[in-house]
Amino acid sequence: MSAAALAQVPVVAPDDHHARLRGVTRIFGPRNGTGVHALGPVDLDLRRGEFFSVVGPSGCGKSTLLDVLAGLSFPTAGTAEFEGKPITGVPAGVGVVFQEDASFPWLSVEDNVAFGLRRSGVDGAEIARRVDYALGFMGLKAFAKAYPAQLSGGMRQRVCIARTLVMQPRLILLDEPFGALDQQTRLLMGDELLRLWRETSATVLLITHALDEAAMLSDRVGVMSARPGLFIDVLDTGWPRDRDSRIVSHPRFGELTAHLWEKLRAESLKHLRGS
Amino acid sequence: MALASLFTASTYAMWLRLAVIAGAVGALELACRIGWVPMTIVLPPSVMAASLVELLASGAYSRDILVSFSNVALAALLAVGLGFLIGAILHALPAVRSAVEPLLASYYAVPTFMFYPVFIILFGVGSGAIIAIAVLLAIVAMITATLNGVDRIPPVLSKTARIFRMGPVERALKISLPAALPYLFTGVKLSVAYAFIGVIASEFILSGAGIGYAIAYAYNNFNNRSMYGLMLLIVLAVTLINTGLDMIDRRLQARLRR
Repeated sequence: MSAAALAQVPVVAPDDHHARLRGVTRIFGPRNGTGVHALGPVDLDLRRGEFFSVVGPSGCGKSTLLDVLAGLSFPTAGTAEFEGKPITGVPAGVGVVFQEDASFPWLSVEDNVAFGLRRSGVDGAEIARRVDYALGFMGLKAFAKAYPAQLSGGMRQRVCIARTLVMQPRLILLDEPFGALDQQTRLLMGDELLRLWRETSATVLLITHALDEAAMLSDRVGVMSARPGLFIDVLDTGWPRDRDSRIVSHPRFGELTAHLWEKLRAESLKHLRGS
Repeated sequence: MALASLFTASTYAMWLRLAVIAGAVGALELACRIGWVPMTIVLPPSVMAASLVELLASGAYSRDILVSFSNVALAALLAVGLGFLIGAILHALPAVRSAVEPLLASYYAVPTFMFYPVFIILFGVGSGAIIAIAVLLAIVAMITATLNGVDRIPPVLSKTARIFRMGPVERALKISLPAALPYLFTGVKLSVAYAFIGVIASEFILSGAGIGYAIAYAYNNFNNRSMYGLMLLIVLAVTLINTGLDMIDRRLQARLRR
């Protein structure tokens, strides 16, 4: 089956969209046909307050999709919108957590978390309140004065999540944030992420290569093809809002994961064989 | 302090180091005292120390000491400031950088001191020429450290700066500079060391003041006592300054990840 034979599934929700991509295509290098066609054309509507995951084989343009929504990179063709306005740079109200450790090694944990607030003119008492809350929420209170070098990889990632959380973003973009962590830590971080999402009512877009993670955390999962990345399926998980990692023992969890793998297996093979 | 902490691995190394130094100093003292080493060649360390105390108390060399140290400070400051600036500019101009980098790499193969006549012609005999030579000796270490430091800023931190919607100036001050600081400090340490070498060595050949000049003057007048006292002064001063810089360096390095 070739990529061209795959029908693109438009992931659209006409009435209720928080962020919207239409025909978004990204080609790296020259446009005369010799460039690398990484992504698209992709149509995607993120509903306000939903938890949406994107899974796909390595190199399918998942991160490119996130970069476009974050305003870090611009589509070669198509349009990107956030809250009804075209994305022309990093929009206000968007927070991003990357796979790599992005904590600032020269700042203590609490100064890391307060970093964004301090430069946005929020008053001191409010900063202290929000930082204190985020540290407690992320289980970092005992390490408030520690430096990132003294923390494990999982805790540094929590620092980065807390630093994003205190800014109260309306759209949180997560680029494989648990990719470098061990399986147990990933499940627990997933729980924290769900708790965070419930409390903030933010829209969440999670890029991941872990099918179980996507099946457990999401309201909807978009499955992408091998390069050039297109949505080939979108799956409604039907989980209640107050779910946690214990749903992995629910029979539907297995069904969802199996369904995702069925969709992805052929695509992953393509990547493996380099075609 | 708990007794156990006197015997941890790092303090053990420290005690061993002190023992090696004390052993070497003691051996020299003994060799001088029993006549293996004639006093006309090397003085016993205790006499060097006594001489140092005398010459500091008498104030006979106060001006030389002040001149040398202020020249070292000025040269190090200029080397660090200019070296950082040149490093930052080179980093911003990749084409120029790749053209210039091989020259920087082989720079320390050139014996900078041979240019001293040029500096006498340019600045005359005195502090100007000395500082120029010391800066020339020290600056490339700072340029190299700056390039290395800026290279090592993780790309994800630059991305984070964009997510925080920072302008170029704020990004440079709040992200790039602190991220590169541990590497920049390596340049500072080297610059201070080179500034010392540059200033003291230049004072032997193109000065009428300074500790280097005073050592040469004492040597020419068979004044072993003052000569060794002044040498001890420089050794102690350099050790003290380097220990201080090392402590700051270790704190900065400890914050680096992995």
